[in-house]
Amino acid sequence: MADSSLKQPIAAAGPKSQGTTFQWGKWLLVAFVFGFLGLILLVPTLNVFVQALKAGLPGLLDTFTNKFFLNAVKLTLITAAITVPLNTVFGICAALSLANKNFPGRSLLISIIDLPFSISPVVAGLMLVLLFGNRGWFGPLLEANGIKIIFALPGIVMASIFITMPFIAREVLPALEEAGTQQEEAAATLGANQWQTFWRVTLPSIKWSLLYGLILTNARAMGEFGAVTVVSGNIVGKTQTLPLFIEEAHIQYNSQAAYTAALLLACLAVVTLVVKYLLERTAGIQHRGH
Amino acid sequence: MTSSPPSSSPGLWHQILHAPWTWRVTWFYLTLFLFLPMAALVLKALTLNPAEIWRIATDPVAISTYNVTFFTALVASIINGFAGLIIAWVLVRYEFPGKRFLDAIIDLPFALPTAVAGLTLSTIYSTNGWIGGFLEPFGIRVSFTRLGVLVAMIFIALPFSVRTVQPVLQDLEPEMEEAAWSMGASRWQTFWRVILPPLMPAILTGVAMGFSRAVGEYGSVVIIAGNIPFQDLIAPVLIIQRLEQFDYAGATVIGTVLLLISLSALLVINLIQARGRRFYG
Repeated sequence: MADSSLKQPIAAAGPKSQGTTFQWGKWLLVAFVFGFLGLILLVPTLNVFVQALKAGLPGLLDTFTNKFFLNAVKLTLITAAITVPLNTVFGICAALSLANKNFPGRSLLISIIDLPFSISPVVAGLMLVLLFGNRGWFGPLLEANGIKIIFALPGIVMASIFITMPFIAREVLPALEEAGTQQEEAAATLGANQWQTFWRVTLPSIKWSLLYGLILTNARAMGEFGAVTVVSGNIVGKTQTLPLFIEEAHIQYNSQAAYTAALLLACLAVVTLVVKYLLERTAGIQHRGH
Repeated sequence: MTSSPPSSSPGLWHQILHAPWTWRVTWFYLTLFLFLPMAALVLKALTLNPAEIWRIATDPVAISTYNVTFFTALVASIINGFAGLIIAWVLVRYEFPGKRFLDAIIDLPFALPTAVAGLTLSTIYSTNGWIGGFLEPFGIRVSFTRLGVLVAMIFIALPFSVRTVQPVLQDLEPEMEEAAWSMGASRWQTFWRVILPPLMPAILTGVAMGFSRAVGEYGSVVIIAGNIPFQDLIAPVLIIQRLEQFDYAGATVIGTVLLLISLSALLVINLIQARGRRFYG
């Protein structure tokens, strides 16, 4: 494989006779990429749409009128509606604190903010259970005051916050670094207060990166499964989000319901990718691995 | 708290109390949602006595899940390392129909919820699925086996190895290769000596990030695997099984093992990136 990757496009550099072998190598590699991505990404994604639409509109309506399904949709939307704004405030604050500054421990702090990406979601959920569960640190105290975090909405929200914490900070930080501090300093000299500087100078310079971070946070918050499984208790019609609904329907061989819910989340993924693509083209934001 | 902003004021407490509000929000948020939960896990693990921790951590079922989790994740991330290099190469160096589309869908595993991935992969790769049905006559079963765990891990970790290599390859000057060519280097020599060395830190970072993600993955794996101990049961699923049995000690110890692995992976990634910066600035 590595050998053929050498048949490079720099035709001018190589002898003319190698032109045809280069073409062979190129198409071999392109075919490999199409084959690999086809088997791993394309066919499975296409399958979601085929399976969900197999029974046509009646099949979809059947699930859309199921009250447990509707509850899962509602819970997923509420979770994202709380998680995304909170992470936005944190992400912007963290990025503002770190950008254009140099102090000991700065790269350590960036790594700490990145931690939730490398911690298993199941372990993240477990941590929250050990903190707020009925046998956890604050369990007895919460119970005495009638507050329920684990097996309830607050736990689901905290798990989603944990999992999606780094997205916005990571996207906004490079944008702030690139924008520099000159304009902000100029605004301050002209008598703008902190808020005015933020709204009029800082925010416009990071708006595309922020939007990029927002859609990634939203997609992950709506799709989180592992951490939510642990903290939600998976109570049907109460603490079941869409990903949990999918698993439950799948286990009960209700594949129409599973695929209808999967269709919604797949559409969310497609919208996310399209927005991502547009932002990369129009705003020149580089794609990074997360 | 070495990371408080430097200021002329003397005491640490003074610095913390008078830190800008962006710092206060950052530290409050990190404390509540990250440090406190991590402390709860580690301190809970430390309340058990060492012999007990060792017994739970090295229980045969637990050992088998580490084996399945770490070995399969390693194989998946190495496969992705090779495939990611080829995909990045093809996307950067070649023009062909459908290129933009391929480039856009590489991020699909980041955007598609893992439950959806697990559901559709297990259907496609089941014995009567589109791809699984094709493999069945050859005696290859994917869904509900370790091979299924591997497929799910390849899926979720794929974008890391493409997206870390792609920008480095993009910045690589073709002039270097041309120079090697004109000095009479063969294709192999050009590849090994000129192209691969500057890409290596990026490839390794991608592999390490993919490995770390695959080790922690739950959603897609739990659906495609049979979750049978000693066969295809992974460590995150074992944690959930322990919790369902109200075995908090068991869940905590295995969770701590996974956390330590994640932290080591993060350390390795940072070291590779630091080295890469030093050599190839």
